Amino acid sequence: MDFNILVGGAAGQGVDTVAKVLELIMKKQGVEVFSHKDYMSRVRGGHNFHQIRFADRPIYSHSETLDVILALDSTTVKVHSSRLSAQGVLVCDESNRTEISRGKTLWLPLKEKAVEAGSKLTEGTIAAGAVLRLFDFDFEKVWPVLHSLFKTEIFEVNRRALEIGYTLTEPQFKLEFPESQPRIMITGNQAIGLGALAAGVSFYSGYPMTPSTGIMTYLASKMEEAGIVVEQAEDEIAAINMAIGASYAGARAMTATSGGGFCLMVEGLGLAAMTETPLVIAEIQRPGPVTGFPTRTEQADLSFVLTASQGEFPRMVTALRDPEDAFYQTARAFNIADKFQIPVILLGDQYLGDYYQTIPPLDFSALTIERALAGEEVWKQPDHYQRYKLTEDGISPRLVPGRCGTQLVIVDSDEHTEDGHITEAADVRIAMTKKRMQRLELLKQEAQEPWFFGQTDPEILLLAWGSIAGPMREAIERLQEDYSIGALIFGDIYPLPTKLLTTLQPNVTMLINVEQNATGQLAALIRQEALIACTHSILRYDGRPMSGQYILDRVKEAISSDKRRTE
Amino acid sequence: MTKEEQNKEQFDSDDEITWCPGCGNFAILTAIKTALLELNKRPEEILMVSGIGQAAKLPHYIRANVFNGLHGRALPPAVAAKIVNPELTVIVHSGDGDTYGEGGNHFIHNIRRNVDIAHFVHDNQIYALTKGQASPTTELGQVTGIQTKGNLDQPLNPIMLALAAGASFVARGFTGRQEHLVNLMKEAISHPGYALIDILQPCVSFNKVNTHRWYADRVYELPEEYGTGNLSQALEKAMEWGEKIPIGIFYSVKKPTFSDRLLWLADRPPLVDRVWKPRDAEKFMKELE
Repeated sequence: MDFNILVGGAAGQGVDTVAKVLELIMKKQGVEVFSHKDYMSRVRGGHNFHQIRFADRPIYSHSETLDVILALDSTTVKVHSSRLSAQGVLVCDESNRTEISRGKTLWLPLKEKAVEAGSKLTEGTIAAGAVLRLFDFDFEKVWPVLHSLFKTEIFEVNRRALEIGYTLTEPQFKLEFPESQPRIMITGNQAIGLGALAAGVSFYSGYPMTPSTGIMTYLASKMEEAGIVVEQAEDEIAAINMAIGASYAGARAMTATSGGGFCLMVEGLGLAAMTETPLVIAEIQRPGPVTGFPTRTEQADLSFVLTASQGEFPRMVTALRDPEDAFYQTARAFNIADKFQIPVILLGDQYLGDYYQTIPPLDFSALTIERALAGEEVWKQPDHYQRYKLTEDGISPRLVPGRCGTQLVIVDSDEHTEDGHITEAADVRIAMTKKRMQRLELLKQEAQEPWFFGQTDPEILLLAWGSIAGPMREAIERLQEDYSIGALIFGDIYPLPTKLLTTLQPNVTMLINVEQNATGQLAALIRQEALIACTHSILRYDGRPMSGQYILDRVKEAISSDKRRTE
Repeated sequence: MTKEEQNKEQFDSDDEITWCPGCGNFAILTAIKTALLELNKRPEEILMVSGIGQAAKLPHYIRANVFNGLHGRALPPAVAAKIVNPELTVIVHSGDGDTYGEGGNHFIHNIRRNVDIAHFVHDNQIYALTKGQASPTTELGQVTGIQTKGNLDQPLNPIMLALAAGASFVARGFTGRQEHLVNLMKEAISHPGYALIDILQPCVSFNKVNTHRWYADRVYELPEEYGTGNLSQALEKAMEWGEKIPIGIFYSVKKPTFSDRLLWLADRPPLVDRVWKPRDAEKFMKELE
């Protein structure tokens, strides 16, 4: 069983609510859900849609083929009906009667029935009821979900609407329920927020920017219960500088933004590095440059974050691959930032940030909080504390101001002495640069090798990073039936872990980078760090996420054109 | 050494001072040390925060915790540090360029935030570290190395700006009135919430217009009978600039601070002392089930 429903309409038509009703009802019945949202940067009108895929086994990406289209407007019919499967069903209001080439159409009196239910605003709920009946969902299990979604005032009218909708259709599809496993349903942005909470973040400063705002919204909703501060800064420059000040003062601090906001944060990134203040920054990418596609997805900021800010300093860049990975890697990022006293950048994108996925419950007991702060043995010494004391590994004992007896914590953005005071001495400059850069070598040992999917010692090796993990996994599952193929999906991306890649590379005849950008930024990094060049590229930069099918088709094209070339 | 002398020395830094001889910054350094001493503060309780500029070097010249950050960005880390550890006495020292130019946005919005910090702006009406260009408070028409035809932009009035933005403590001092300045600083540090002192100081190297003499001939202290709780009166006083320049506290009222508004943290330890285990966040997974 593997079904895919599209719910589409204009902004303001309740597309989100209908999608939420369907997602939650399915999740509560124990099926696996993957729901992806495609929306425009506007509050009213335009064309928005959700694709809700559900199956009786774990699913990792959206899918191109549709089994049901729930169209709240005629645009949805026009844009998406060609993707309907041969057995597919289009549900829409009678007034939107348009001819479609595939599947079956159900022109239902949605608007009329909505008025009958008590409010014309319930058109979407009527349609949701009709769709639930198509799949023969157990109606009795629906009420608790509906209660959790609708406030008391509008619960009754929506209950009526759902019931009426349910009578409008007949079952068309056969559901097979998996053995019920405990599941949570979570987005990448929520997972980042939850990972940060688990890691003990207590200060978050940010400035709203799509598609990163979900992280801040999530943390703000937990502010009181967790006893933390979430502050909306006046701009991204303030956001990062506040987070650095909070971290200096001893809090676990974080900020998040998208590429445009990160542009403003760049000097602050250097400040965190120069002052050796731990900091976690999530950068949720959208297509640029500048305003670009505000609500769409891309992976084109990798080269930027790798070198952002002037001068040379160590940083860690980790790409988040799915919500579960986002949770664990965010929690880990705080420990790495503290241990090495560096900025850690978490790279996500709109796709990962916004899609909902059912995953097994997260394991909080697997996490630890390692602050790596120096203790009394340092601050009780009679000598003055030196924040930038030269040590063997380049990591100086770190104290927090006001929590170290009579010692003082002096930090500076200027080049500084071990005491933290301004200097222009050449020998100190050399020693401090070495001290800072030394930690990059230590970070290399910390970097985790990429995930590998596919056959052992494959002849065709795909290279990808971040949110392509899910679609790639689905593509490989099918491709490996016909080819000797595998894929490496990088999470930790800088410093770049190269062991697995260099082990597999001698056997590889086709090395293909698969990225959501126009220039192949991972491929460039791999050339630079591993002296390995990809033979082919699959690049997408139209702002739309790759599905498993998309990757599969492109890989097959690449293979056949390669064969033609060699024959 | 007497106890008093010892106390005085506790704020002395060994860092070499790089200001020009005769710089107004020396008077400000002496004033802040005296104010802290008279308030019975200890170096480890104090966090001095600055951006970049000649004024922003001051934290290095006093024994205290120091965060010397980016140009224009002294306020964001300062308020965040105070939020994380309210026991710290947080004082920002930065210049007119740093505060009103590069950091203008943070100046406005941190007045709104009203975190309990003191902000001392060394206002010499010129950029000194970069050797004499116009600052946001340089007079219209003043000739500099860059403003070769005279400054084309009219100066802003920091006192009025702060009052208009809703600051609860706004004052002006002058480096030539040491005792007065020390008292202002003590008031500002003790004031709950954001407190601004715009400190007039000569730049002996790059501002040949607003000299010590120029200020000394014009400043007068607000009289005792001046009430500090009247915003309209404060705004009116703030407009006075030219032949006569008032110094003193223009406005001082009690308003809830940022920390006062964090009601959910009222019964909790400061964030710096927060005790937390990963499992404490497990409850948040419930709503995702």
